[in-house]
Amino acid sequence: MSVVILTVAVWFSQIILALAMMLVAYRLFIGPRAQDRILALDMLYVCAMLQLLVFGVRTGNAIFFEAALIIGMLGFVATVSLAKFLMRGEVIE
Amino acid sequence: MSRIFPYPVMTLGLFVMWIALAGATPGHTVLALIVSTGSALTLKALGEKSTRVKRVGAIVTLARVVFVDILRSNYDVARLILFGKRLDRKSGFMTVPIRLKNPSSLAVLSIVLTSTPGTAWLDYNAAQGTLIIHVFDLKDESHWLDLISNRYERLLLEIFE
Amino acid sequence: MTVDLVEYPLWAAILVSSFLVIGSLLTLIGAIGIVRLKSFYDRIHAPTLATSWGTGGMAVGSMIFFLVGGGRPLVHELLLAAFVTITTPVTLMMLGRAAIYRDRSSARPGIPPLGRRVELNLSEKPSEGELS
Repeated sequence: MSVVILTVAVWFSQIILALAMMLVAYRLFIGPRAQDRILALDMLYVCAMLQLLVFGVRTGNAIFFEAALIIGMLGFVATVSLAKFLMRGEVIE
Repeated sequence: MSRIFPYPVMTLGLFVMWIALAGATPGHTVLALIVSTGSALTLKALGEKSTRVKRVGAIVTLARVVFVDILRSNYDVARLILFGKRLDRKSGFMTVPIRLKNPSSLAVLSIVLTSTPGTAWLDYNAAQGTLIIHVFDLKDESHWLDLISNRYERLLLEIFE
Repeated sequence: MTVDLVEYPLWAAILVSSFLVIGSLLTLIGAIGIVRLKSFYDRIHAPTLATSWGTGGMAVGSMIFFLVGGGRPLVHELLLAAFVTITTPVTLMMLGRAAIYRDRSSARPGIPPLGRRVELNLSEKPSEGELS
């Protein structure tokens, strides 16, 4: 019984997260301004990180959790540098 | 002691994190020691001031209050996003006067305000002690003023200043 | 390394499943918010749903899963939750400030100035418009 519940829940959350990623990717494409796209990119990173977390639960493999940590850190650095770029028009001052 | 470990809490945190991620082998213990003390010494060379926590008990209270508030505002914002067309919603900017001066307490306040869905920290003016936030559901401005100054700011003043 | 699913207790399975489902649904609501909300400053609130209880719920679910089933330490989830909680305010604040800066330099109505106090006209909302 618990096998069924867990399998269904894991599949459900993966599908839901994929749907969320599609919606966010839609905002990434339509914009309309640069800050909207960066916000959508940040959210896309978060969704990818959660997707990897669910993968880790599904397989029980620690490597997915490490990948999720790295995605989270990369997302942070990417968003901060892009926001910095919007602020002044250059990343390195 | 304080010359080798200028920031004991941060050094310990980095050390524990390294051990927990990499495993407690002798080589990694030495590496974790080098990395944690080295980064603390780097931070000291940059001239960052260490913060003193006045009341540890208030941290627990703050954590509990924030936990409950995040749960509640998650529900509120989720409802507004899903049924926002039918509910009457108005969002807008708000200027909040705050008494906090300590950088650590301002940092904690910014984390609390931004990670609570519904409020987003945008700018802090140190000269006038005012804060610009954007509020998702700005029906009642006094409610948010009351939330910030009586609920969070009072506890943060107890903890840091 | 893997968790024995056949012997897995039912209560834990239900708990883990509900946390995973709640976390993913909150993330989906955040994504819907990003698509549906009209202005940028409204949209900046949507990712916090995913980063506060979306991430928190899924991390707690995963922690319960491995705590009951055994198999691996729970460091990653704790670090992940802490890291996301600390970094989200920084990204959103910088993005919001960049947006205000850009909106002010293109003279949009209803945008507060940075670093100076003014009385705001709260009924006025920043309008969406041209590409830039």
